[in-house]
Amino acid sequence: MTKLILPAGEGAKLHSPGRRKALKTLAAGGVAAATMPLLGRYASAQSAAPIRIGFQKHATGIGAAYGRWYERATLAAVEKINGEGGINGRPVEIVTEDDGTDPKRGAEVLEKFANQSNCDVAYGTLFSHVVMGSAPRAAELKLPYFVVSEGHHVASGALNRWTLQPGITDVKSQIQAMAPFITDVLGKKVTMIFPDYAFGYDHRDNLAPAIEAAGGEVIEKIAIPPSETSYTKYFPRIPRETEVIYHVMIGPGVLTFVKELGEFFGPSRPEIFGFVDSIEATDLTSPGLEFLDGTYFWEGMPRYAQADDTEYSTAYRAAVGCDANGASLADPKDVATYAHMFGCWETLHIIKAGMEACDYKGIEDRQALIEAVEAMTDMPEGFDHPQGPKKFNGKTHQTFGQQYISKVEGGKLVKVHTASIEDTMYPDEVDYTTMSF
Amino acid sequence: MTARYYWGLHLGLIALLFAGHFVLPAYQHGNVARIMVLAVYAMGYNIAFGYTGLLSLGHAMFFGAGMYGMGLLSYHFDAGALPAMAAGIVAGVVLSLVVGLLALRTAGVSFMIVTLMFSQALAMTLVYFRDITRGDEGFVIPSATRRLWGMDLSDEAHRYLIAWALFSVVLIFTLWLVRHRWGRVFVALRENEERASLLGYDAFRTKLGALVISGTISALSGAAYALLFGYAGATFAGVQYSIFPLLWVLLGGAGTVLGPFVGALFMFYLIDLSSGVTDAYMLIAGVALVLLTLFLPHGLVGEVKRRLWRDLP
Repeated sequence: MTKLILPAGEGAKLHSPGRRKALKTLAAGGVAAATMPLLGRYASAQSAAPIRIGFQKHATGIGAAYGRWYERATLAAVEKINGEGGINGRPVEIVTEDDGTDPKRGAEVLEKFANQSNCDVAYGTLFSHVVMGSAPRAAELKLPYFVVSEGHHVASGALNRWTLQPGITDVKSQIQAMAPFITDVLGKKVTMIFPDYAFGYDHRDNLAPAIEAAGGEVIEKIAIPPSETSYTKYFPRIPRETEVIYHVMIGPGVLTFVKELGEFFGPSRPEIFGFVDSIEATDLTSPGLEFLDGTYFWEGMPRYAQADDTEYSTAYRAAVGCDANGASLADPKDVATYAHMFGCWETLHIIKAGMEACDYKGIEDRQALIEAVEAMTDMPEGFDHPQGPKKFNGKTHQTFGQQYISKVEGGKLVKVHTASIEDTMYPDEVDYTTMSF
Repeated sequence: MTARYYWGLHLGLIALLFAGHFVLPAYQHGNVARIMVLAVYAMGYNIAFGYTGLLSLGHAMFFGAGMYGMGLLSYHFDAGALPAMAAGIVAGVVLSLVVGLLALRTAGVSFMIVTLMFSQALAMTLVYFRDITRGDEGFVIPSATRRLWGMDLSDEAHRYLIAWALFSVVLIFTLWLVRHRWGRVFVALRENEERASLLGYDAFRTKLGALVISGTISALSGAAYALLFGYAGATFAGVQYSIFPLLWVLLGGAGTVLGPFVGALFMFYLIDLSSGVTDAYMLIAGVALVLLTLFLPHGLVGEVKRRLWRDLP
């Protein structure tokens, strides 16, 4: 469904008949317009026409849980941006379209943004196959495409100059940053359990070299088909000498996976480290997850409020409507995709910064916007970047940032380690700036 | 009515779509290009299902074979557009021949299940051999492949015209085929296989021929889709892409030449327009499909054929 999100406050009154009538009067009155409340707010802009951002939402399909929270984070960020005067004095509108978490529909949605909805940029995609299917069309349409995907596809050089990932780190850097903690604190002999498809392969391909570089060894890799409903038959493949189990299971089978893992090991288990993707949008107090107590998780951003939370983090939590447990304020059972959705908030602020840096006026400035974002480097922690500071690599179109490791204690995730940005860096694999537009 | 009328109707659609290149707004222009490529897939499916009565639930394997035959040659060997397309078509021919030789030993529900299983096996193979196929993430078709006779196929105008040419050729071929003796034998098998066999027609070979033609056209569509839209992914070999052509053909009218295009067009805009009204657009689409099935069981073009134009091919 197409949704137009207008700025809050006075801007929201634009659709009322009285306001419309007033605007007609304004059109006739010319310069008198600047005295009206709506336009007064954006009076510094040469045009008060909204900046339109096409949000490619996973509203249906396997990404729906993420899409719902990505939208909430998006709307919260837009409300903040508009509350601060918009972009270059212009309000921001979000145009939402469901991509069905499908690459074909994803490409169609980009066409709709560019050719029908008159969007300035497209943004917000998470699932990597949708990004891969959509990115070629973004380049053909010359539509800046800001993804919030975590996939390594951007930095690997598989995409194009019009596709960037400035607001969230990629899986390769996340895994690399986790390896020293795993080998130093948990153990050196690692068995990994991962889903037998793309997301799992990113872990499979990147974990072993990272663990070896940190002085450890991946002694077994157990791939589990995504359609699997029972996992016990895979566990005998876990070698006896395993010191750490590394898991990245996602999907509806996670609860069963954890329960069966607990039954298999009983009280004498090895250390367990997982990516929070395994339990993203899942209530940690759900029956069967007790076994996770004492295990560790990577988190892109801590779901539970921490004792040392910054004021930026606290403000962000309130803005996106989450309580101290990372669940909706309206429904404590509605747990957020907290480790990922900050990427939407930060990406929108980067779009704003880029547009302001290049004095973006309209679609003729799309190329200048890409160049402005490519020129960005340090992104200091703040209200625009509540997850932490970042370094953006304009050549690879990929951002790098802090990573967090939390331990499950009493049904909550407690942060125990923060990996530095430097821990996440790896050599460039592409230089998009040498590619033509 | 005479052949002149139905040739006029079909050529008229081709002319109308050509005119669309000059008058359609940008968004609709892109949509119609995509619909024409998908309609080719549906026309291929229609030869097996609509004319020969082979209800396959696995045609995505042919679409995927064409897509990956084209895409892998391009991705790994930097092949040009024509060799890559040829590889896609050859993949379709070989796969449909092999699948046909095995699956046509069954019929009815068994045939549906066997084709579904073959298709799922291909989809899982694409995911499993990720180092070669890039798995479910898929890959972007290199821009070097997307050039043909100096034309950049990522250009909107070139894409539309290539899609139109492809659609036109397959539409005319289908029209010719179903009016040809072979097409009539397909229909005879669909209507009464035993009687056709008793009349001396080799049912197995005829059905195999229909399936190979059907699979090859489906593969052609898959290869063209990847070439024109720049992406190949295992999603396109998944079960939903076996259901789509069945849906398009049923909606448009099974056993009619124009039905697959009308069905694909209707379904595309049903989703596109209803998604602009509500988040529950799949509900709207579902209700519309139920109503169509109840009140137009022969499909849109099928009803025209039944009520107004009985010898419409």
